[in-house]
This record gives sequence, structure tokens and C-alpha cells, in this order.
Amino acid sequence: MATRLVESSLNPASAARSEVVPAGEPWLGRIQRGHVLRIVDLEGNQAVDTLFFSAADVRERYSAVDTIRAQGSLYLSTGSRLMSTDGSVLLTIVADTCGRHDTIGGACSAESNTVRYGHHTRSMHSCRDSFLLAAARSGIPLSKRDLTANINFFMNVPVTPDGRLTFADGISAGGKYVELRAETDVLCLVSNCPQLNNPCNAYNPTPVRVLVWERA
Amino acid sequence: METHTDNRAEDVLFRDELAGGAAWSHVLKRHNVLRIVDPRGGANVSALFFHHDVPAERYNMPDTLKAQHTAYLARGRVLLSDMGRVLCSIVGDTCGWHDALCGHTDAALVESKYGRKRYQQARNQFHRNAHDNLVVELEKWGLGRRDLAPNVNFFSKVVADEDGRLSFVPGHSKPGAYVELRAEMNVLVVMTALQHPLDPSTTYAPCPVELVVSRGRPPGQDDECRRARPEAARAFENTERFFL
Repeated sequence: MATRLVESSLNPASAARSEVVPAGEPWLGRIQRGHVLRIVDLEGNQAVDTLFFSAADVRERYSAVDTIRAQGSLYLSTGSRLMSTDGSVLLTIVADTCGRHDTIGGACSAESNTVRYGHHTRSMHSCRDSFLLAAARSGIPLSKRDLTANINFFMNVPVTPDGRLTFADGISAGGKYVELRAETDVLCLVSNCPQLNNPCNAYNPTPVRVLVWERA
Repeated sequence: METHTDNRAEDVLFRDELAGGAAWSHVLKRHNVLRIVDPRGGANVSALFFHHDVPAERYNMPDTLKAQHTAYLARGRVLLSDMGRVLCSIVGDTCGWHDALCGHTDAALVESKYGRKRYQQARNQFHRNAHDNLVVELEKWGLGRRDLAPNVNFFSKVVADEDGRLSFVPGHSKPGAYVELRAEMNVLVVMTALQHPLDPSTTYAPCPVELVVSRGRPPGQDDECRRARPEAARAFENTERFFL
């Protein structure tokens, strides 16, 4: 999906939930069908690693490759339909003031940090540790098996025509947001990324805000 | 791009054929080599990989691609697990590009593209899809749809333009093309031979592939895949620590 900048008409004052998620922390929320989720990059260039699951059956979950296949393109923006592993639409991106979001860069982990940056980075905090902790605390039957390729809202991972993949400087900025309408009842699992070893967070992880509107 | 590994005929352990439309699985033992051959050209093999000793550890598409700064797979690259270890090394390859981004077909896509053909009418020529084939094959090993993660599509090339729009490259895999995978741990390989989901052809014609499993050798310090990048060397180190 090519860049499609679309602003929302929703008023933050009417949101049912509005919470700040500090860098390095997870957020788990339920969004019912027809409700709207907004994630705001408060200070700019902050990767927000995000997974979605069908609330009715968490075995059905967001699928990066089915989403890419269905839209025939790599990046997410307004109009992108987020597909599940079973081929249904979980959510639709209905507004986006950033313009491009990644879904092939995945989430950082202690183990992948050792590969990418060296064994001295093993003890650094990571998204997958946040995901695992949130899943374990939730009482929902989610485990490492359920953590597959996620969305990185506000992150820029360009693929060149000759197939190179790079982590580029972000194209987001303070106050930019993305908004999604749930097409079925979903669980949203966020890790506000603590990565310090590449430019995905401009080497300075910062808080984001999550809002949910129950009447759009 | 044509490459031959040093596997000799006497090292061949067994040969098998995967019919077009069918699925296959095998535990490729550490350091053995699986060669997948596309005898007719135009095949697509959708594959998943698991650490057989600890199946919660499995092929991870983002970790594999970002560690090697690549959006596709080819000779000299490795398939990484979510635990920072090497599942398989690509030690032979005559294609030069294997897709890792586009997933696989499902029942709805197959029906919309090729029409419906059920077993009752078509017997074993019925229209199958990669999603259902992979789920069935995973179930045989105590895994299932929960374990269906982004797969590799061997023999298929898909390129992205600057806006990320994808184009399938027809005719990429030539008759006799092959890819060779060396297991770096005991690896459960689960695969199905069905057309690539972005293949524009509207004729259901999945190509068969030949499979050759050979006895391989441990990668030395000068191994091409180990030396390809410092990231790969660290992933090999993580893998070897597992066996200490």
C-alpha cells in the first residue's frame, strides 16, 4: 500500500481509554468490533511493535505475509487490511499521519540482539521479553509459539528493488498517529520498543499513547 | 550462480519425490543436506523449519532477513531461528533468489484463482492449497495452525518497487534448478509444492519436485555461510553452544 496520509475526525476527549505506554513496556488491550484504536508517536521516531489476535480464538492471529500477499505490497498505510492466519480481516487502517509502517522487520529479542549486535547486548531489554511477560501475566493462553512477525508502527524498513533490506531513519515525528478500526473482536499486544542499537527509535526510546474509541 | 557442493553420490541417503499439490516432512539430521530439485522449472515450494529437539524454536522470517540485511534468500545465507541460532545453511543454489515475504495460498485464494475442484470429481487431481497442506503436515508432528508462521517460497522471485508494490517474476526457476540446505541442528522440515500466491497464472498446475537427502559434513571455520557476515558467525556460535 503506497503512502496515504489521512487524518482522523475523532476527538481524543471522547475516547473511552487513553493511556501512555512508556518505552520498554507492553500494553495488552481488547478492542471490540467497530471500535477504533489509535497509537500516537508522542515524541517521534518510536517503533511500536504490535501483534493482534482474534479475541474469540487466539490461535487465529495477525499474519504479516497474508497481509502482504492480499494487498500485493510491503508497507502498511491507510486502507491496509490486516489479515489473519485464517484469511479474515482483523482490522483496517482508517487514518495515518505517518504514511508508512513496517511489517517485515519483526521484534527485537535478547537472542537476535546477540546475532545482530554481539553477545555483549544479550542483557539489554527487548520487545519479545515484553511480549512474553505480558502474555504470561494475562492469563490468556499465549506463548512464544504465538509471537510471529508483528507490525512495527512508525518504523521504516525499506526494501530496495534489488532486495536489500535496511533499517532507515524513521519518517515519523512527534504527534503522528495511526488509527485502526477492528473488524472483529481482537486482542492487541504492544511492546513499546526499547531497542538502543539501531535507528528504529532514533537511539532514544520514548513513550507512546494508546487511545480506544467505543463509538466511532 | 551455478554451484555444486561437495556431496558425492555415495553420500546420498535417500531420494524422494514430492508431487505437485502434495506435502512432505522430514527431520533432517544435523549436518545432513537436503537438495530440492525443480526438474521441469517453475516450481514453488512453501516451507517451514523447526528445531526438532525443541519445536518452540522455529524459523523466524524477520530475524533471518534483518540479520543478513536482505529481503530474499540465496546461497551463502542462513535460515535463523527465533533463538538466534542457525536452522539451515543454504549451501547450494542455482536460482539466486527465494521469496521470504509473500506467504502461501489458502482455500479462498485457490478457489478464486483456479476455481473449485473437489476430490469427489477430480480424485487426486483436486485443487489443494498450501495453508491446509501445511496445517495437516504440522499436525502430524504435534504442531498445528498455531505454528503456521511466515514461510520460505523456494524457487520464486518477487520484487518490490520503491512504494513496496510487489511483482512476481515469471520463469525464474529453470528446468533442473535446485537449492541445497544443510541442517545445523536436527531440523523438522515441513513443505508443500504449490504455486506461489502471487503467480499470475490462472491455471492450477503445481510442479513436482525431487528431494535428495545426503550425508553432509560439519561446517568448518572457513565455511561460506559462516563467513558471509559477522551476524552469521555469531549465529553459528550460538548454535554450536547449544550442543556443548
